[in-house]
Amino acid sequence: MNRWLIALVLVLYLISLAVGPALWPWRLGNEVGWAIVWELRVPRATLGLLIGGVLGLSGAILQGWLRNPLAEPGVIGVSACASFAAVCAFYSGLAAAFTLALPLAGIAGAAIAVALLMTAVRAGTGTVSLLLMGVAINAIAAAMIALVLASSPNPFAYQEISLWLAGSITDRDLRYLAISTPFMVAGALLVLGAGRWLDALSLGEDAARSLGVDTGRLGLRLTLGVGLMVGAATSVAGVIGFVGLVAPHLVRARVGYKPGATLVPSMLAGAALVLAADILVRLLPTAFELQLGVFTSLVGAPFLVYVVRRSRSAWLAT
Amino acid sequence: MSTLAARALVCRRGTRTVLESIDVAFVADQVTAIVGPNGSGKTTLLRHLAGLDRPAAGRVELDGIPTGGLGAGVRARRIAYLPQGASAYWPLFGRDLVALGRLPHGANLERPLAAQDAEAVERALRRVDGLAFADRTIDALSQGERARMMLARALATEADVLLADEPVASLDPAYALDATAVLRAEAARGGCVVVSLHDLGLAARFADRVIVLANGRVAADGPPDEALRPAVIDAAYGVGFRTVVLDGVTQPVAWSRGP
Repeated sequence: MNRWLIALVLVLYLISLAVGPALWPWRLGNEVGWAIVWELRVPRATLGLLIGGVLGLSGAILQGWLRNPLAEPGVIGVSACASFAAVCAFYSGLAAAFTLALPLAGIAGAAIAVALLMTAVRAGTGTVSLLLMGVAINAIAAAMIALVLASSPNPFAYQEISLWLAGSITDRDLRYLAISTPFMVAGALLVLGAGRWLDALSLGEDAARSLGVDTGRLGLRLTLGVGLMVGAATSVAGVIGFVGLVAPHLVRARVGYKPGATLVPSMLAGAALVLAADILVRLLPTAFELQLGVFTSLVGAPFLVYVVRRSRSAWLAT
Repeated sequence: MSTLAARALVCRRGTRTVLESIDVAFVADQVTAIVGPNGSGKTTLLRHLAGLDRPAAGRVELDGIPTGGLGAGVRARRIAYLPQGASAYWPLFGRDLVALGRLPHGANLERPLAAQDAEAVERALRRVDGLAFADRTIDALSQGERARMMLARALATEADVLLADEPVASLDPAYALDATAVLRAEAARGGCVVVSLHDLGLAARFADRVIVLANGRVAADGPPDEALRPAVIDAAYGVGFRTVVLDGVTQPVAWSRGP
């Protein structure tokens, strides 16, 4: 399956380079054409590939770790915290003052969320305490974002924040790519080797520990990895929901439901999903380009309902 | 030939003492049944023996070495643990589920199993008579069939010690008899088998030795017909027991409320 997914991702990547207001820009054969390719299309397609990949991978990690097929990167509050920090960067004018303030704030927000989650992991080994901590972080971040939006001094800042919150990878240049890629790659490398411990966790925490899994250390490693990936992705693209939820569902049955075996296919499926969605928002004949995050939610949410209904209910209840 | 021992083991939850200076040794070639009323500390004792809980005082030793000092990997290879009501969160294939028991030996389900791991999985499947379920997903199995695969998962580790917490609770008599036969075979293989049971009749029939827990203390420890005498278990359970002898085995029967 991985071979097919890689081929699909490559094809979608090439289509993403070609599609936009200027179709086949390299056919222009002049400097403008190549500038469009290198300065607009390549960063956009590469960000789509990387962000989709880390969102899909984070979803697979969280679902395996928390043993819940409905877990997703937003659940443990990392994207919400990254969003809040980025909103603060908008509000304070830092984002307008220098471009990199936005991604840096997002990563800082994610780091704070990860630090808070680590205290939950250290305090108790149970996944329940972690989920509760995530719910609390989500609630506080959502309230703070609402507060910042409500007290926004001018309508332009308000609009800018709202647009960013909706999630998009339009007009992100190479600098965004440069600052987010190391974090996303580091996070992915940190979690990709955890597959067999996630397999052991299929039996529950006690059995997994009896099989030699150090659940405390595994928790730290996965919290840090997911924090890096989701924090960096959210800071440059806003909230792109449901990718982390849908990607593992698409591949799980084909790998015999083994949580470890879903990691790489979920990463590839996530990349394909975001690339495809980002191509579609450019092709749809809307008055202005639909926000990528809005689009993934509009498509992802009904799909999730379909998956939940089709899934064997007994396994979702646990 | 391994011996697992609890030495002056104490467990406290808040102010409550769950286990009070437990001193028992479990030896190879034997099935030891731990019985006792609900809340007497059976599960807690097994969790301590498995190294899942840290004792408030005392220690657990494997062949004289405190298990706290063994690495998690070594402990996992030498002590297999089957939790109560064992289940899986994903509808794995039976063979994959059993192969999880080989993780302590370095197996990785994402790659083809090494020859000795694959052989151990097949042996475990044969021992529970579960080859027919190996290529089905476990959500397609009955509760008894699934419990069989869970037992095979614990057997596949081929550890020196097998700890099983209520492996036959809420299952058909047929499965209970099969499972106890499998545990007996594990002891015959040289394993040190410790199993908590609710069914005193089953304990009397199949265990080499019975430990009766009451209020976190060892109330009796010995061969089944000694440990399960009404004089002992009446007080432990707060129930009047009578006995019947079937095929030379004394079976305790809960007969009247109040000792």
